[in-house]
Amino acid sequence: MTTPALKEWPLWEVFVRSKQGLEHKHCGSLHAADAAQALHMARDVYTRRQEGVSIWVVPSASITASNPDDKGELFDPAADKIYRHPTFYEIPEEVGHM
Amino acid sequence: MSTPIDYLLHLADNAVVLGQRNAEWCGHGPILEEDLALANVSLDLIGQARLLYQRVAELQGGDATEDKLAYFRDAHEFRNYTLLELPHHGPLVGYAAADRDYATTIVRNFLYSALMVLVWDGLQNSSDAGLAAIAAKSIKEASYHLHHARDWLVRMGDGTDESHARVQAAVNHLMPYTEEFWTISPAEGAAVAAHVAVDVWALRPAWDALVNDALAEATLSRPNFHGYVTEGKVGLHSEHLGFLLAEMQSLARAHPDGRW
Repeated sequence: MTTPALKEWPLWEVFVRSKQGLEHKHCGSLHAADAAQALHMARDVYTRRQEGVSIWVVPSASITASNPDDKGELFDPAADKIYRHPTFYEIPEEVGHM
Repeated sequence: MSTPIDYLLHLADNAVVLGQRNAEWCGHGPILEEDLALANVSLDLIGQARLLYQRVAELQGGDATEDKLAYFRDAHEFRNYTLLELPHHGPLVGYAAADRDYATTIVRNFLYSALMVLVWDGLQNSSDAGLAAIAAKSIKEASYHLHHARDWLVRMGDGTDESHARVQAAVNHLMPYTEEFWTISPAEGAAVAAHVAVDVWALRPAWDALVNDALAEATLSRPNFHGYVTEGKVGLHSEHLGFLLAEMQSLARAHPDGRW
């Protein structure tokens, strides 16, 4: 018994990749004692309706999030820069979906 | 060749009785995530029972249905292991109530799913094609149930002093009931002879290895057994099955042929 008992289980963020999806998408969070248990629980909580074929779990504490108060300075300056969207190019048909 | 129906009922009754028993945790699980996990296990088991009852009804013909088999047979007609009908707590007189004990739940699920991964594996080669197909589906579910129960067994056994003591008490209480796995009932004997069933006796070394390995990792000890071997699978049950069936069957009996 080398690891001390936890009074509170840490929080984990769950990412699931669906059958059609190429990337894992965040779908929620849960409490678990460690990573292996978090994976198990994610299976039981978030893939009961065949939502996924692959699961990632990440300790919520490992995520560094932007501050909502900084929303203005971080994101608003991009609002009037329409030229950053590549919508002014004609894409040849042979290229297909981009 | 006809499939021995009693053997299929034994498998089906095992699944439905444990599914019903574990469903008692629904809404009362120790934490939300475990509540869902255990409900998933119950739904897997009830799904297995449905397929098996449907197969029995098909073989019996006439007006037999899965619902009649599940809801309109009485305790002495059930063929499940006694282990699976016991309440979620240690030994008490039959009418006594006690708080549900998660260690008891986990140890029972572990002992049973360790058997069923081996049984379903063998039944994939059953001479009954219907049963072989059910086995191919069920083995994946049983593998997950084993994984889930074993994980908690190790966490609780190699956990705190209290969790260790409680899971050891559950092992001591439940292990003697597993002796019933290894006594061959007439229904099992007939099914083995017809190549429908696997010979459970041949699975015992593999089951012992699964159990001993997990108990060792969980720092638990395996009690020695000497005493009465239960006989639920021939219809001789503990006093607990009647209460379980009363709850499970009352709605269907109050509203026969009800649809909702």
